[in-house]
Amino acid sequence: MTLEEIITRLGLTPLTSPRPAASIVPSAGYASDLFSCVMAGAQHGNLWITLQAHANIIAIAALLELSAIIITENAQPDAATLQKASEQGVTLLSTRLSNYEIAGRLWEMGLR
Amino acid sequence: MSSLQELQGRKGRPITDQDAREISRVEELSYDLKIYETMTREVKTVQPNSTMQNVLEILRTGRISGAPVTEGTRLVGIVSIEDLVRALEQNNVNAPISDYMSRNVVSIAEYEPVVRAIETFSKYRVGRLPVVDENGSLTGIITKGDITRGILTALQKDYKEEELRRYRASHLFEDITSERTSLILRYTIRAGDYATGGQASSHIKRALLRLGAPPQLARQCGIAIYEAEMNLVIHTTHGGVIRVQIEPHRILMQTTDDGPGIANVQLAQQAGWSTAPQEARDMGFGAGMGLVNMRHCVDKLEIESAAGKGTKLLMEILLRPEEQFKNDPPKPEPNSGG
Repeated sequence: MTLEEIITRLGLTPLTSPRPAASIVPSAGYASDLFSCVMAGAQHGNLWITLQAHANIIAIAALLELSAIIITENAQPDAATLQKASEQGVTLLSTRLSNYEIAGRLWEMGLR
Repeated sequence: MSSLQELQGRKGRPITDQDAREISRVEELSYDLKIYETMTREVKTVQPNSTMQNVLEILRTGRISGAPVTEGTRLVGIVSIEDLVRALEQNNVNAPISDYMSRNVVSIAEYEPVVRAIETFSKYRVGRLPVVDENGSLTGIITKGDITRGILTALQKDYKEEELRRYRASHLFEDITSERTSLILRYTIRAGDYATGGQASSHIKRALLRLGAPPQLARQCGIAIYEAEMNLVIHTTHGGVIRVQIEPHRILMQTTDDGPGIANVQLAQQAGWSTAPQEARDMGFGAGMGLVNMRHCVDKLEIESAAGKGTKLLMEILLRPEEQFKNDPPKPEPNSGG
């Protein structure tokens, strides 16, 4: 399942898309707002679901080579965060849904 | 075209560091790249006194939609497919080009950066521009396609340079003969600077990749040093220093700070224990997993700390044979007998 399909089916809003979403195939997902948990638990190529929207999420996604970040509950990253995301090739997506709902929908879609 | 307007607005004042960060490589290239570097030099031109019939043939054989009109080398007009259609409608293909050509030609100087051509394209809604030198002589023609090609070539060059850097760096250990080669990277981390927190870790990870480290190893070091870096940002009074020592057989990562120190080192290493301030917790830090994560990524972890003094953290990763950086140990000298 490509990121493009996920974006369409969940109605996500791309905030940055440095790489074409059709070429990204997330390996699975990981949901947490605690960075150390993400560091320990998220796997290469995972889609990360979080409520956090500040610049540090970019460093984490880049270090772990995550496929994209879904920022939930309409949390808005600032301009510097968006800039950093584009520079580091990190795809940022936004949704009004909660971590719980997004994770549930992705699980239902078969991203496990 | 908002970025373009932004660029125009920037014209005439010095670029600040902030601006420089916001300029993408493509925008930068549109300033660096000059028209003469990317224009097409072989231009089909016509003379004002030759006929529109002639234009028809040139456009057809050259598969182009317009041609500059020159007198000698001087640009005097441009004749396009629209002009030709007008001549055909009026059944007047034997008329001289000067009857149909446009005389108000927008041209561009060859030493201008390509960003000026992009601006001119959108201002006059044209897709091609004749290029002239300082004497007004035609030297070429530039289209959007030429600019795209020029920028792609330049980006390709950038990419090759990164490959080359990687190639050179990966030979560093091989090219230097010594009993014990080591490369030391040092970074100063500011306390409370969440905005740039994580930057040193990214640099370290990139350095390891350039040196030819396997991606998994670079990632592992990246995670360990990220946790240590954020500890300096979150917990220290005056920040601290990261020092990474890369040797062919191991990677040594060290952070030092001058306070406040850890009261109970044993407790600090327990999963879930955290003394992070509320500010850090609100941002998603302070799960109390930092040291636990570091320990998972490295072979050895040592903490030296005392409350009121400072903390020294040492992490070591021993490289497996297939991970090791290639080294060139000195050959034993033949015994000179002296």
